[in-house]
Amino acid sequence: MSDSPVIRNGPNRRVALKVIGATLGAGAFAYASRPLVQWAADQSIDEVLRHHYKELTRDELTQILRKLEAETKEVHGVDVHIEDYPAQEGVQFGYALNLSVCIGCRKCAEACHKENNHDRRTNNSYIRVLEMDQGSFDMERGNVDYDHAVPAPGKYYMPVQCHQCDDAPCVKVCPVEATWKEKDGIVVVDYSWCIGCRYCEAACPYHARRFNWTRPEIPPDEINPDQGYLSNRIRPQGVVEKCTFCLHRTRQGRLPACLEACPTGARVFGNLLDPDSEIRWVLENKRVYVLKEELGTRPRFFYFFDV
Amino acid sequence: MLRVHWYLVVTGLLAAAGCRADRPERLRPAPGAKTGTVTIHIPDRLTSVPTGEVDALGKPLRASCVSCHSLRRPDALPASMAELDEFHGGLTFQHGELSCGSCHVVGDQSELRRADGTAIAMRDAMSLCAQCHGPQFRDYSHGAHGGMNGHWDLSAGDRVRNHCVDCHDPHMPAFQPSLPVLRPQDRGVRANRGEHPARAGHAEGAAR
Repeated sequence: MSDSPVIRNGPNRRVALKVIGATLGAGAFAYASRPLVQWAADQSIDEVLRHHYKELTRDELTQILRKLEAETKEVHGVDVHIEDYPAQEGVQFGYALNLSVCIGCRKCAEACHKENNHDRRTNNSYIRVLEMDQGSFDMERGNVDYDHAVPAPGKYYMPVQCHQCDDAPCVKVCPVEATWKEKDGIVVVDYSWCIGCRYCEAACPYHARRFNWTRPEIPPDEINPDQGYLSNRIRPQGVVEKCTFCLHRTRQGRLPACLEACPTGARVFGNLLDPDSEIRWVLENKRVYVLKEELGTRPRFFYFFDV
Repeated sequence: MLRVHWYLVVTGLLAAAGCRADRPERLRPAPGAKTGTVTIHIPDRLTSVPTGEVDALGKPLRASCVSCHSLRRPDALPASMAELDEFHGGLTFQHGELSCGSCHVVGDQSELRRADGTAIAMRDAMSLCAQCHGPQFRDYSHGAHGGMNGHWDLSAGDRVRNHCVDCHDPHMPAFQPSLPVLRPQDRGVRANRGEHPARAGHAEGAAR
């Protein structure tokens, strides 16, 4: 057996397989590590080794903001101002929407599209308006793709956006803590920390998160230059995004873009801690409905009715 | 004089310490801080009519009511829409069983008349609407009806609220059907439409 001519003599099947295997393995490794090599070109080592948003000092954060502004200038050719807007003390945001008056015109979705620098090609927006049969609350049968005059007979319209849940399933599933709940109730995403696994998108019962399959394409003159680090700055490819109640506006006391755009005045926004606020009056005096209440997500977004 | 000042100081201190202690800290504007105001927008429709023409910049030209009615004061209100002509011709009216005289005043284009006979300025039309639409007016008073612009936080800035007539045509107040904007074009809805071959058949469009 030990003097078998097959083993003694030169190349054989086993060696050939080893060589082919090794070549394929090396090739696969080179291919797999290609992003690392390419990514080094547009991403500095500081960016990779930086701290989590919550651990950043003011100086580090400012540096990051200026760098992002420079990158936006380079990629999109536009001067933008990116700011970090911290949560205000004594504010808990709440939002309510009157289903009795919504006509399904999608003006809110359009305002969101422009305000939050969404990809123009996909008409992306944080708001989906569901056309529903009157008398039904079956979201499965809701149609987002309607394209006829509204309001259509026998239908009602339910805009759905992030509910900023107090017990948010999307936050729980994030493996890298790239998404969290802020002190004023807003659930935010750090686009620079997100790894794009889309667990949160799958976990959200309101279908409120969006994935950036491509880098958003926006004509330079349509880019909203007033940007928040955690809200409407132009997202990179491969990260998840969501509605932030326009925190770059609302944390400065302004109303969200979707509310200002609504032609029927269906939307009510305000501070849940202020007993004199409009949102508190709605919650205390109207018939209020919480979408998928049985899931126990405790949303900050409420639907109400006039009758 | 001095005693009055002393009382003022004590009252002020009491107010600062006790009253509205349940309110969050930041909602109390700092002394002397600018507090925003809420104003109600006055729609053009209350003071002018469209002419159908545009000016040199392409903006629609409107004719002020006064420009005709300062000279022409009709003796009676029309009995039906068919009698209306010139700028008022072609007016559609779908507002219950009301007649012109339910709201308008003969011979004065700048005033309206409430059911109890009191004349009110055109810009105050909201109190006239409220005579019949009580629940809407109640909701409006609490910020739960009607659109607005500006600030939710009045210590940060002002707010402008819509007038009834900004959104509702008083002669035809119901919203008329219109085409929606921004039809979604993401891969989910396109797959449902059968336009995205790679994912055709996968239903992702509806929220679930």
